[in-house]
Amino acid sequence: MSALVEFALRMGDNTLVLGHRVSEWCGHAPVLEEDIALANTALDLIGQTQMWLGLAGDLEGKGRTADDLAYKRDVWDFRNLLLVERPNGDFGQTLMRQFLFDAWHHPMLTWLSENSKHERVADIARKAEREAAYHLERSTDLIIRLGDGTDESHRRMQDALAYHWTYTGEMFEADAVDRELADAGVAPDPAAMKPGWDALVGDVLAEATLEVPDNHFVHKGGRKGQHTEHLGHILAAMQFLPRAYPDARW
Amino acid sequence: MYAQMVKSTGTMKTREEMDERERAFQDRIDAGEKIEPQDWMPEGYRKTLIRQIGQHAHSEIVGQLPEGNWITRAPTLERKAILLAKVQDEAGHGLYLYCAAETLGVSRDEMTEKLHDGKMKYSSIFNYPTLTWADIGAVGWLVDGAAIMNQVALQRTSYGPYSRAMVRICKEESFHQRQGYSIMMKMASGTPEQKRMAQDALDRLWYPSLMMFGPSDKDSVHSAQSMAWKIKVSTNDELRQKFVDQTVPQAEYLGLTVPDENLKWNEEKGGYDFSEPDWQEFHDVLAGNGPCNADRMAARRTAWEDGAWYRDGLVAHANKRAAQRMAAE
Ligand SMILES: [Fe+2]
Ligand SMILES: [Fe+2]
Ligand SMILES: [Fe+2]
Repeated sequence: MSALVEFALRMGDNTLVLGHRVSEWCGHAPVLEEDIALANTALDLIGQTQMWLGLAGDLEGKGRTADDLAYKRDVWDFRNLLLVERPNGDFGQTLMRQFLFDAWHHPMLTWLSENSKHERVADIARKAEREAAYHLERSTDLIIRLGDGTDESHRRMQDALAYHWTYTGEMFEADAVDRELADAGVAPDPAAMKPGWDALVGDVLAEATLEVPDNHFVHKGGRKGQHTEHLGHILAAMQFLPRAYPDARW
Repeated sequence: MYAQMVKSTGTMKTREEMDERERAFQDRIDAGEKIEPQDWMPEGYRKTLIRQIGQHAHSEIVGQLPEGNWITRAPTLERKAILLAKVQDEAGHGLYLYCAAETLGVSRDEMTEKLHDGKMKYSSIFNYPTLTWADIGAVGWLVDGAAIMNQVALQRTSYGPYSRAMVRICKEESFHQRQGYSIMMKMASGTPEQKRMAQDALDRLWYPSLMMFGPSDKDSVHSAQSMAWKIKVSTNDELRQKFVDQTVPQAEYLGLTVPDENLKWNEEKGGYDFSEPDWQEFHDVLAGNGPCNADRMAARRTAWEDGAWYRDGLVAHANKRAAQRMAAE
């Protein structure tokens, strides 16, 4: 598989799986405004998925559509970060996952939209960047308010941070695919995104009165298709209809 | 409809029984003027409106659940996106409606607590399950279709904020109905299993959709006062007839059978004759014994209770910031 196809799958699988997770909240959020905001976030992420997986299918050249890629691959062919498949937990856990992802996703899309030598990649990034900017603004704001809220909200946000922390390092790991794309000027070197992320996350957590966890372990494997147990369950729900009725058109 | 059997407060008064203010109020309504929040209004008008708008708002909120049930399982990315957008719209409708109710001096939190305590209701329709993907089509087609019947009429309701909320909402509802019908088209013209799902959805949701308009006019005890106040603008039976007349040809076009042996075009009245729903079932559902009542309420209560720390956290943060600003001044 070409590095570009691999890259488009990684981007699209991130948004697909996170969009799925966020959509699980529908009708169950702590306040009506959050129901609306979460549905909106999920909607953005699913829209981005259509663009990235559509690109992956086109570049692959085997006639697979975005839907084929979303609905007909098994876990080992998914290329998303482990972080995005982590369970929703309480609302704090969901928000923290969103923030840690947004703080990587938005700068990533910004880089791609400004610098990518691949026209379609830059184009998709330009469309997605505006949405991701809003996601980051929103998650940043809520992390600060809940971190520096009541004792209970502070404790929950600190717990959520500890829960996700060792899953953030995967965003900055580089493999042969990344190196090839960085050399070609299509995508940034993942490691180069880390100082910016550290600074942004550090500032926000400080304002939120939250402590950066002192655990430098990095869980990885998602980008190579080695996932947590959770992804299989996500796909079981997501892919049920096309799998059960393969001849149907919806 | 989304507001079923809303009790109106106050007995109907004749013109002679009204005092001067009440007469002036009724004259404004009869002249088609809109009543605004700062205007004087009879206590019964205010209370009835709170019940009706509140029930309507709660219906939009609880209505997220049966549709949300299929978001993670939507069969294509496009369908998933459309369903997400729809459910987001419904939550938005809830928000406009709570805001409209708040202009009458009741808070959203109070109404929410009344819902959770079983003191306020939501539409009976949302106590039915969505069992297959075709149900998502049928909900858009039939449930949003029935909602539109009522809401189009309510654009002419006498209370300004309610009327304006309806104008905004109606635009989105007709889009929902078209999307639902588009799912039904795919299903009804699809594989044998898809056709079976489509027919099954119509079989299960037809009568519950007819119930959305509320009891028959002859049994509808609260309508007269609400009609006089133009809180209600059409009767239950008028709207139900309109809905049947609109929907039957759509079912025929899909090649589906409306589950009613008595359904027949009546040339003389220019509409269909049709069977009434099982009103005993309707009352059972309203009394809490529908297939999903317990689950719907449990889901809403859990969302509210589990979210308490979140809401408290935001309030505490706002208070801290305000205190910091005060100290800095
Ligand atoms: Fe609605
Ligand atoms: Fe609705
Ligand atoms: Fe709707």
